Amino acid sequence: MMKTRARMSGVAILLAVLTAGPMPNILAATPPANSSSEVAVKIDNFSFSPATITVPAGTTVRWTNRDDIPHTVVSDDKVFKSKALDTDEAFTYTFTKPGTYGYFCSIHPKMIAKVVVQ
Amino acid sequence: MKVETKEQRFDEPDNDGIDRRGFLKCMAWAGTGALCVIKGGVLNSYAFGRVAGMRSHELQGDLSFVQISDSHMGFDKAASPDVIGTLKAAVNKINALPVAPAFILHTGDISHLSKPEEFDTVDQLLKSASTQDVFFVPGEHDVLNDEGKQYLERYGKGSQGSGWHSFDKNGVHFAGLVNVLNLKAGGLGSLGPGQLEWLEKDVQHLSKSTPIVVFAHMPLWSVYPEWGWGTEDSAQALSYLKRFGSVTVLNGHIHQTMQKVEGNITFHTAASTAFPQPKPGEAPSPGPMKVPADKLRTLLGVTDVNYVRGKHSLAVVDSNLV
Repeated sequence: MMKTRARMSGVAILLAVLTAGPMPNILAATPPANSSSEVAVKIDNFSFSPATITVPAGTTVRWTNRDDIPHTVVSDDKVFKSKALDTDEAFTYTFTKPGTYGYFCSIHPKMIAKVVVQ
Repeated sequence: MKVETKEQRFDEPDNDGIDRRGFLKCMAWAGTGALCVIKGGVLNSYAFGRVAGMRSHELQGDLSFVQISDSHMGFDKAASPDVIGTLKAAVNKINALPVAPAFILHTGDISHLSKPEEFDTVDQLLKSASTQDVFFVPGEHDVLNDEGKQYLERYGKGSQGSGWHSFDKNGVHFAGLVNVLNLKAGGLGSLGPGQLEWLEKDVQHLSKSTPIVVFAHMPLWSVYPEWGWGTEDSAQALSYLKRFGSVTVLNGHIHQTMQKVEGNITFHTAASTAFPQPKPGEAPSPGPMKVPADKLRTLLGVTDVNYVRGKHSLAVVDSNLV
């Protein structure tokens, strides 16, 4: 019970952080000072949203699939590569080096997006 | 905290991208499953509704076969909660054909998540079909996580590369192609140079009067590139087939029937045995289209292809599951 509550409050905090500002990418660009911050990207309607996020090095990005169809998260130069994510499954990757990381869904390659790490 | 589900979102009128008018248009369009007949290399199509009124001798030929596609075994979402039942219905349709098909082509997405038990279920269900001769090509859902290794182990016997293969039946040459691997960011389906080279060699010894049937999962023509419905190097593959009098290309992937004639080549896409997808551009994305349960089976289907050797005719019958 305690464990569940703790996890739920963690999610609530994350949601609060993500919904606090007017634009997702602006939010992502100004995460809390905490170095282990996490930014969420939603996979929905065959697209990554937000399609571009800008984050400081050390940020963990969490992709969650909200489609009825599996998707993957694969960087163009294979820096990171998820397994096929079924509905509601998530993949996380922590970006330690600055740079621009283009990525796509290897099952539906029209789905492209990027993470800019500062 | 509200957990958002697809089902809930589909209930919101603005979110599924299908208004009532669009929905009815889909219905009307989907109802036109088609019978296609090639005579002298020219393909004619007839709305499925007319097939029931056709005499069995009109469907008779030296060779008839069935195409099924996109079974997505393991899919359990609201758009189609019973993919076992709908595949069973497809098999029943096959078994009720006036002419027993020589074999079945499955144009991929056998499974939904490439799980062994999903493949097992499809194999088991197909055992009750009137023919045990089944040829497969993989869909992108069949090669998840392992670059198609499991698919090859199960279905790739006698095939080349990632599973492409060819065979001859009653004077018709069939080539099964794989266009769902090594997809590039922003791109479409892909055959790749190795497979193209193989195809060129595979058909070069054939006489130009040999009817050719090419089958692959993703469309080998640009149905709707915005949704990835096409194959980037298909033009190269089709160039090897230009000298033939009759070429038929059968695809799945888009979960709806479509036909197109381009020169000597007739293109067909088959319906899914699992769930329908929207018409190109008529929804925000190509995801599963949720339709009322009593309408679902009208949007799923089986394609029966009938080749008449003496009369040079090839018939493609798209029928729905009710």
